[in-house]
Amino acid sequence: MIFEYAPAPESRDVVDIRPSYGLFINGEFVDGSGTPFKTVNPASEETLAEVAAATEADVDRAVQAARKAFGVWSALPGSERAKYLFRIARIIQERARELAVLESLDNGKPIKESRDVDLPLVAAHFFYYAGWADKLQYAGYGTTPLGVAGQVIPWNFPLLMLAWKIAPALACGNTVVLKPAETTPLTALLFAEICQQADLPPGVVNIVTGAGDTGAAVVGHPDVDKVAFTGSTEVGRLIAKSVAGTNKKVTLELGGKAANIVFDDAAIDQAVEGIVTGIFFNQGHVCCAGSRLLVQESIAEELLSSLKRRLSTLRLGDPLDKNTDIGAINSAAQLAKIRELSEAGEAEGASRWSPACPLPDKGFWFPPTVFTGVSQSHRIAREEIFGPVLSVLTFRTPAEAVEKANNTPYGLSAGVWTEKASRMLWMANRLRAGVVWSNTFNKFDPTSPFGGYKESGYGREGGRHGLEAYLKEIS
Amino acid sequence: MSIPTASSNASLRASLHGLPGVDRVGADARAAGLGTRSIKTSAKRQAIDMAISMVDLTTLEGADTRGKVRAMCAKAVHPDPTDPTVPKVAAVCVYPDLVAEARDVVGSSGVKVASVATAFPSGRSSLEVKVADTAMAVAAGADEIDMVIDRGAFLSGDYLKVFEEIQAIKEACGEAHLKVILETGELATYDNVRRASWLAMMAGGDFIKTSTGKVQPAATLPVTLVMLEAVRDFRDREGRMVGVKPAGGIRTTKDAIKMLVLVNETAGPDWLDPDWFRLGASSVLNDLLMQRQKLTTGRYAGPDYFTLD
Repeated sequence: MIFEYAPAPESRDVVDIRPSYGLFINGEFVDGSGTPFKTVNPASEETLAEVAAATEADVDRAVQAARKAFGVWSALPGSERAKYLFRIARIIQERARELAVLESLDNGKPIKESRDVDLPLVAAHFFYYAGWADKLQYAGYGTTPLGVAGQVIPWNFPLLMLAWKIAPALACGNTVVLKPAETTPLTALLFAEICQQADLPPGVVNIVTGAGDTGAAVVGHPDVDKVAFTGSTEVGRLIAKSVAGTNKKVTLELGGKAANIVFDDAAIDQAVEGIVTGIFFNQGHVCCAGSRLLVQESIAEELLSSLKRRLSTLRLGDPLDKNTDIGAINSAAQLAKIRELSEAGEAEGASRWSPACPLPDKGFWFPPTVFTGVSQSHRIAREEIFGPVLSVLTFRTPAEAVEKANNTPYGLSAGVWTEKASRMLWMANRLRAGVVWSNTFNKFDPTSPFGGYKESGYGREGGRHGLEAYLKEIS
Repeated sequence: MSIPTASSNASLRASLHGLPGVDRVGADARAAGLGTRSIKTSAKRQAIDMAISMVDLTTLEGADTRGKVRAMCAKAVHPDPTDPTVPKVAAVCVYPDLVAEARDVVGSSGVKVASVATAFPSGRSSLEVKVADTAMAVAAGADEIDMVIDRGAFLSGDYLKVFEEIQAIKEACGEAHLKVILETGELATYDNVRRASWLAMMAGGDFIKTSTGKVQPAATLPVTLVMLEAVRDFRDREGRMVGVKPAGGIRTTKDAIKMLVLVNETAGPDWLDPDWFRLGASSVLNDLLMQRQKLTTGRYAGPDYFTLD
């Protein structure tokens, strides 16, 4: 019997989107001096709002506000800073539905994910670092904050990346100037309202919107003590260059091309779920996505047929529908990049497969795609696609799996699927990746540090280790 | 249909322990994820009728009376006497001594009569008694037999004993369909659930069923998920389709709909049919009827507007 799920859209009335937004500087919304830009809903291409663009002068005002607030904020006892962070965390929980809907509208991700993954993690990050604020002397990294942190975040997890950056910075006594991504500024601006609601002292959090030049102004500002960036390796390199020779402390969380390694003794049904979560979660817009499936040759055929059957149940469409599994690609530019790399995959001889999957007429969409017959030298095995595209390679021995998994300029994450604990540990010791997931993938927790090897960046975010980036080294 | 000859415990062990493992955390997460599907409006209407038509309306109490069974059977044929568009349920499920009573009421309505057998619910008796129990129920007119496996033998690794018992009961069933109750609450691990599912299918069971309803936990979503994966994989490998029946603990329309979503996205639409999927339950029927009426009239009626079994 065919069981057709009726549309089950989450109401967008829970969120008020203003026609235009200013910059959030010194606790208030102010006009920007640049040419305002529009942010669109990638699922429909409708314009959601007009957003101010910050020029170098605007960024300077924001940094000055943050510098002034730093005196007050860093002088507060940790227990007092904690109260603000707990308050913010609770308001985020109270307004979670509103934030989730806005995130899905601006980013294109399914409401199921913004509601069940992004928002709970955002609140958890603030709760977690609120707990550290009065216990810094026990963390082992000293207790002296750095000053003003300039933070630039990407569009794939707009609010979650904001939380990863702002929560530890504030807990340690720093103030921040944060630039959200050009295509997803709205939840950061709603977060600014939450800072007002929480009575956070003015200037502790400043949000400046804009494109790459705004980001460059934040990173390059001489009075910024700390730079935190999450985004592409290409931009990460530019940032590393621009801060070289200064006293700025830097953490970079960049691209990845993670291997998801499945052994023949794995729990197959759960491994299939892990592959799906690894690469199709958030449309594959995940820096630590399991974009390379390395499967042991003896089970490759069986696993792929299970995977294909599973992929044909994925529901692509309206991000606000509670039953949607795959949402929209965030922007036309990203869609073009995914298409270009997929075409390169075909041209290089890999075979391409997608389930029967009608795409909506409007908006930016790409079907879940699997490439088989991929070799290490193909571009789709080496370059980060940042989309719902999986490259499948095979291996015969554990040593070969390690060799292939590590044979990439990146090293952000990896996943291993085996029921044999000794092999799991053997693999984990040899994989050069910041995170190794054991019989799971794309699992995040505020207590767990996250960061890369090699071209995936440096520094760690999350956990006790995440405090180090926001405190002065003990001399 | 190819039933492998199970010559020894060693060969059964090799084949059952050669099945891929089940990772508990992952299976729980998948079941919970499917549990968030939002089934509304037209889909809910379809799901409610589908669920009603899959119910095995059950009474398995020591205190059962002929009158109670007759009342339940009447309800099975016409779940809502005021609304003829409500489908009949799939079957009634009773103890062997009440099969004739049930048969008499359901007659040729198409509602099947199922009987538990084999020293239900513990299964602790000799094979002779179990076979006789089964034969008696079939002779009284049962269309389906719900047997229990010997969990003690399974847990001690005596797979051959369980296998041979199922085969013997299957033979005693004759034309009647055989549902094999695994009592997953006593099997403890999902690996055991998967192995017991395969053992029951290899021995010739027509259905695999989670529980007797007498042991907790009973029909949880992850256990049902693991069993649905087993019937899906068994068809792929052996070419024979086996049905699934979660039983015990399914009380609300929401519970029932989650089960249907699980079937739809795990075993697939082929199983969305009363021939291949049943819900062993009693109280869920009134909730389904209540939700159905709410969808039609826009109002909830009180519990007194729905008949007691």
